[in-house]
Amino acid sequence: MAIPDRHGRFGPYGGRYVPETLMPALLELEEVYQRTRKDKRFQAELKHYLKEYVGRPTPLYFAERLTKRLGGAKIYLKREDLCHTGAHKINNAIGQALLARRMKKPRLIAETGAGQHGVATATVAAMFGLQCEIYMGTEDMQRQALNVFRMRLLGSTVTGVDAGSRTLKDAISEAMRDWTTNVRTTHYVLGSVLGAHPYPMMIRDFQSVIGREARKQVLAAEGRLPDCLIACVGGGSNAMGLFHAFVPDKKVRMVGVEAGGLGIESGKHAARFAGGRPGVLQGTMTYLLQDDNGQVNLTHSVSAGLDYAAVGPEHSYYKETKRAEYTSVTDDEALAAFDLLAREEGIMPALESAHAIAEVMRSAPKMKKSQIVIVNLSGRGDKDVQQVARIKGVTL
Amino acid sequence: MNRLDDTLNRLKAKGEKALITYIMAGDPSLQETEQLVLELERAGADVIELGVPFSDPIADGPVIQKAAERGLRSGTSLRMILESVRHLRTSTQIPIVLMAYYNNIHAFGEAEFCQKAVEAGVDGLIVPDMPPDEAGPLRGPADAAGLHLIFLLAPTSTAARRAYVAKESGGFVYYVSITGITGAKLNDMAGVRDNVAKIRKRTKTPVAVGFGVATPDDAARVADVADGVIVGSAIVRLVGEHGQDGRLVQEVGAFVRSLKAAMQPA
Repeated sequence: MAIPDRHGRFGPYGGRYVPETLMPALLELEEVYQRTRKDKRFQAELKHYLKEYVGRPTPLYFAERLTKRLGGAKIYLKREDLCHTGAHKINNAIGQALLARRMKKPRLIAETGAGQHGVATATVAAMFGLQCEIYMGTEDMQRQALNVFRMRLLGSTVTGVDAGSRTLKDAISEAMRDWTTNVRTTHYVLGSVLGAHPYPMMIRDFQSVIGREARKQVLAAEGRLPDCLIACVGGGSNAMGLFHAFVPDKKVRMVGVEAGGLGIESGKHAARFAGGRPGVLQGTMTYLLQDDNGQVNLTHSVSAGLDYAAVGPEHSYYKETKRAEYTSVTDDEALAAFDLLAREEGIMPALESAHAIAEVMRSAPKMKKSQIVIVNLSGRGDKDVQQVARIKGVTL
Repeated sequence: MNRLDDTLNRLKAKGEKALITYIMAGDPSLQETEQLVLELERAGADVIELGVPFSDPIADGPVIQKAAERGLRSGTSLRMILESVRHLRTSTQIPIVLMAYYNNIHAFGEAEFCQKAVEAGVDGLIVPDMPPDEAGPLRGPADAAGLHLIFLLAPTSTAARRAYVAKESGGFVYYVSITGITGAKLNDMAGVRDNVAKIRKRTKTPVAVGFGVATPDDAARVADVADGVIVGSAIVRLVGEHGQDGRLVQEVGAFVRSLKAAMQPA
């Protein structure tokens, strides 16, 4: 069964909950995307940029020392941190910029949490000569000052959003308002498998290159499929990108890791599957952290990229159909994983990706040595070094 | 027939246009919201639109976002708003329409909401982030309860969308006068005139125009081409300015009187 259906539904999740002003743009985007995805020239163009500009395929690296240290399953890291700009986000940004060019929209806008998607969008805007404006919560601008500067160096305007929780959620709302106002000239490069149809499907498709490569690479290295996939889930684009090619392989477990923040019982977290229930936020029906009246809760995570109240609707569908499992790790566990990967493998993960590493630290020792786990190392940690220093009480 | 149909038909028979005024429920408190509703009616409003404060109002500009924050701070919930409407019904029969984001309705429960809203005295519902394409779960309960679902059309709407949305919309069709969010500036009256004419070809349902109608002059120009004039942010801004200084009711009343006066047929 192909999902989503033509209404953009993954079972009961997904859909298009947007102001009428945006409906024609979403319908146009869907039409152009459906036509373009089958166009050999577009696919060739996309492939070209992914290879020559992003540096794909990214390695599937056997983490030998980490494997030994944990003493269980063999751990492979899918090295999305080695993509140009340092995270998987550019896979999607390139795809959407090519679409914007086909729709003759000269201006890109995007939201960003950790700044990785903002940097990716600013980068492709520079490369394709498009105008670009990035919305970012002022709380996140403080946490990710380096990425703000990077986006400005790339020629983009970074606009701070001082509403609500001043994080990713508010940046998305502001980007949607901009799009509603400038829809005729502007393409909204949404950064995760969120929002109204066709975004969750389209972004999944652009990110699914991760899993297609990993599947081929693990078969080449091990002659068999892995037992388990692990990825962090904010909106869920790196997880969906890794999982998608393996969905038909029923024996491959898929584990999504949400931000447990200060612990689920503290209420200060972003674990939608632990504390949320279905609702509608920013265009889509999905699991959502909300109160009894349907007001969206404030979230907390040490990682700006996971600090969001809703999750991609396709993840809600996999949760409900039990095709994927979802768990959470706390800020402290993620920080310990950051340290461990740096010391054992010489790789500093983004704090987002450190959540996936923390989960493999828990689960690998319980697995057999003959078993194989692939962890999506979705981004590199350079952007987080200052924050980690601050948390450790180190003055740079 | 509900109060909204009665009022719009009566105005039409007299050759007058409806003044539809929006305030945010619970801004600064529900008690003051009730006083404001009564004053809006005295000042000449024909229909009251009550905003339901939501944490993430994607269709709204900064003025209404701030009002929603004030509404949430005063502890306002959808259930309490329905209680206020029930209380208001002991003193007024002015049509009342709620404007609520979908998640608040979904959390309440679609069927329960439609029934309780009509029992309390609500006549219509506008959900700015729910196009008719997604209105399935509300349609049955709303029709059964006699609650109008009012949908929006925009300058970007295609002919196919105009036909579809106009057919689905009850009470009135809400034409969004600008490509943008609430409170932006109205600058294309020719476009408004043109689009309202196109919508009227598709439906006999009255067409009201909102988003960006801020001054008596705007109201007069819109009244010239549409059946109803919706004013929101301009009133909400006054509530924000005078919410704490004791002149709230007086200031809002004076402004709405000026809108109504500008809309009188020459």
